[in-house]
Amino acid sequence: MDQSVQSGKAPAAASLENKSGWFLKGMLAGIPICMGYFAVSFALGIAARNTGMNALQSFVMSLTMVASAGQFAAISLIGAGAGFIEMITTTLIVNLRYFLMSCSLTQKLAPSMKPAHRFGLAYCITDEIFGLSVSVDGYLHPFYTYGITFVSVSGWCAGTVLGVIVGNILPAAAADAMGVAMYGMFLAIIIPPAKKNHFVGGLVAVSMLGSFLFTVLPVLRSISSGFRVIILTLVLAGAAALIRPLPADPDEEEEDE
Amino acid sequence: MKGNVYLSLAAMALTIYLVRLLPFLFLRKPIRNVFFRSFLYYVPYVTLAVMTFPAILTATAHPAAGAAALAAGLVIAWVRGDLFATAIGCCLAVFIVGLFI
Repeated sequence: MDQSVQSGKAPAAASLENKSGWFLKGMLAGIPICMGYFAVSFALGIAARNTGMNALQSFVMSLTMVASAGQFAAISLIGAGAGFIEMITTTLIVNLRYFLMSCSLTQKLAPSMKPAHRFGLAYCITDEIFGLSVSVDGYLHPFYTYGITFVSVSGWCAGTVLGVIVGNILPAAAADAMGVAMYGMFLAIIIPPAKKNHFVGGLVAVSMLGSFLFTVLPVLRSISSGFRVIILTLVLAGAAALIRPLPADPDEEEEDE
Repeated sequence: MKGNVYLSLAAMALTIYLVRLLPFLFLRKPIRNVFFRSFLYYVPYVTLAVMTFPAILTATAHPAAGAAALAAGLVIAWVRGDLFATAIGCCLAVFIVGLFI
């Protein structure tokens, strides 16, 4: 990202003083994320509307959750009239990767950072915002992440609300097409690592096969989609961890090939 | 849809926030347990794969359009690996197939 050049402020690296400089830098870095979020959350808004959620409910959901797969699951859980146990368990499982990202980002924090920022940064953990935040040199300035998040979440919420409001004046064919954007995003998250790491590739294939079997086989078929995700994740990710544990050095997990 | 939507949203939003917050509160060192770290590493792949297939086939009016979206998504994600391009590619595939059905 070369946005720091455009900001004209060029805040000193790792300085904990220049809040507005880092916030501006973050806002500029967040613009591409904002655009991507807008398109995807528009599809999310359409899905929310199809479930019967209104614009305000969808806005509250996007502002408080900021999670693509998580909100997608939330919409189907609300639509299915799921109970609270299933809602909380599914949300926990579907968003477990944020736990891992939060763990990782704690390693980028300056010891001198005010502890209160930990509450703020926790809100900002998404795949994309985490990706930008974790890639800065040295310690992370929290206001850099806040800047990225401000721009990205604005696009996320605006897209969701517009999807709910304008979704119904879209032609059915266009709405149909927007509806698969979410799955495209999921594929973009899981396929590139599967290409680099054949074990992950096999795991993805087995997961899809398992999911397919759960929708056609008797008895298994009657299990709700939420619990299907939970069961398959615990079993398959657990098995994968036993069969192919990660190397001891956390930095080696990407270079498995 | 039944039950209170805002109550459901509050429960799920709080759960997500806690998932994100707990490591910030309690983790000052890297995770050492290899099994737990490996499990967490594999979780997103299984979860997202299970959520994508076969659901993508029934997300559109015609299963052929969903299959086209899946094929387009797999190819673009494999070749480009770009989130935005893959999402748009899936949408275009559905739209184009829809013109012929």
